[in-house]
Amino acid sequence: MRLEVDIASKKFRNAAGEQHDVIAGVAFALDAGEVGVFVGPSGCGKSTMLRILAGLDHDFQGRVVRPAGARIGVVFQEPRLLPWRSVEENVRLVAPLADEAKLSALFEILELGAHRKHFPGELSLGLARRVALARAFAIEPDFLILDEPLASLDDALAVRLRDQIAMLVDGRSVMTLLVTHDVDDAARLGDRLFLLSPRPARVVAELPIRTPRRARDDAEIAAIKSDIMRLINGGLTERDA
Amino acid sequence: MPRLFSFAVFFATWWIASLLAGDAKLPPPPTVLAAMLAEAKSGALFLNLGVTLARVALAFTLAMTLGAAIGYLMGRVRLADRLGDPWLILLLNLPALVVIVLAYIWAGLTEVAAIAAIAINKLPTAVVTLREGARALDAALDEMATVFALPRGRTFRHVILPQLAPYIAAAARSGLSLVWKIVLVAELLGRPNGVGFEIGVAFQLFDIPLLLAYSLSFAAVVLVIETVLVQPFEARLSRWRPRAA
Repeated sequence: MRLEVDIASKKFRNAAGEQHDVIAGVAFALDAGEVGVFVGPSGCGKSTMLRILAGLDHDFQGRVVRPAGARIGVVFQEPRLLPWRSVEENVRLVAPLADEAKLSALFEILELGAHRKHFPGELSLGLARRVALARAFAIEPDFLILDEPLASLDDALAVRLRDQIAMLVDGRSVMTLLVTHDVDDAARLGDRLFLLSPRPARVVAELPIRTPRRARDDAEIAAIKSDIMRLINGGLTERDA
Repeated sequence: MPRLFSFAVFFATWWIASLLAGDAKLPPPPTVLAAMLAEAKSGALFLNLGVTLARVALAFTLAMTLGAAIGYLMGRVRLADRLGDPWLILLLNLPALVVIVLAYIWAGLTEVAAIAAIAINKLPTAVVTLREGARALDAALDEMATVFALPRGRTFRHVILPQLAPYIAAAARSGLSLVWKIVLVAELLGRPNGVGFEIGVAFQLFDIPLLLAYSLSFAAVVLVIETVLVQPFEARLSRWRPRAA
């Protein structure tokens, strides 16, 4: 199970007919059980890249080799739930074969047990995000894509949700791609960090983290974060020079 | 309760108007009711209402099915939209009378001609509404279905259809009222039975109580179908909305 990505360029034509470069060169590979984290400024083309990796966008220069027959679970930036189906129906729709015990466990971990019968319109954004996570995990994915799953949540909730994501990822050892602009999330969740430049996106630096997620203490996290900041700033001065 | 009040106001207005206009032009409710009962006793009322309802049901189903399919296609496939658009504009603006008369000329004074003519009149509005619905489909949910590899049937049933439901309901609602109107014209022009035919007869005999008896029975049937079938259907479709508009 291995993902190989080599996107040479991706152009986007806007409504006015102007052409923009969104991605200028992103190449990496990811193995099963690894969490790759993309860190980059807002609007640098991260979401576009995820769309290409998820197989939603085929209009680009380069090559993406997804593991054959891999089940892909995606948590989009917005939850993208079906408003006319209950929480449970939303999850069951994509995972019709999931058995009740596993589903209950999943709802338990994500603290959704009380909301199974609710419709998405009745949920807060934080809850809807968790339903989207539950949906992605319910299919027992081989390849998980998370697009800023913790953005615009309050800190306490973001921390809890991050721990839940870490727990689910470690429990199933799926190949995971996480996109974030939050350095803290990157340092706590990632196995390998890829730092992206502003638009058009290219990988400025790659930073492997050897310590397993559970074993990282605050000092370690702080060290990783300062590494990231140094690389981001270094990358920028290099560009400016 | 507010509905009952509405009915009361309607009958009161009618009665007062009939006093002002005189029996000859506008008979009061009891006279019309008597005419209605006489027709009901002979069985003619139910036969004619039944025949008309059957025509409505057939033409409506035909037009909705075809119209929804064509509209969905035109909303999703650009080429289909370009090919179909001139036809759609033609049909939308073709007077109902022209369609009915031509149908009777070309297919004879037959049941098939009548039902086809009614269906053709309703078809373009269903197409236009469903095309709008198909154009308004949420691309984000489409992507979600693609990524999670939902089979086509499931996507259609759980992702597409619920989004089209308000448009289908709107097309059904406006289409039904159109069919109610046109069916009577089609019957008047070329059928030997049905509410439209009876109204034509009453008109020629200047039998205003009979005319009103059939008109009101017909209106009552329409009201019942709207309240018992159409409105609960609409309510069911929008039950997921936190507060139905």
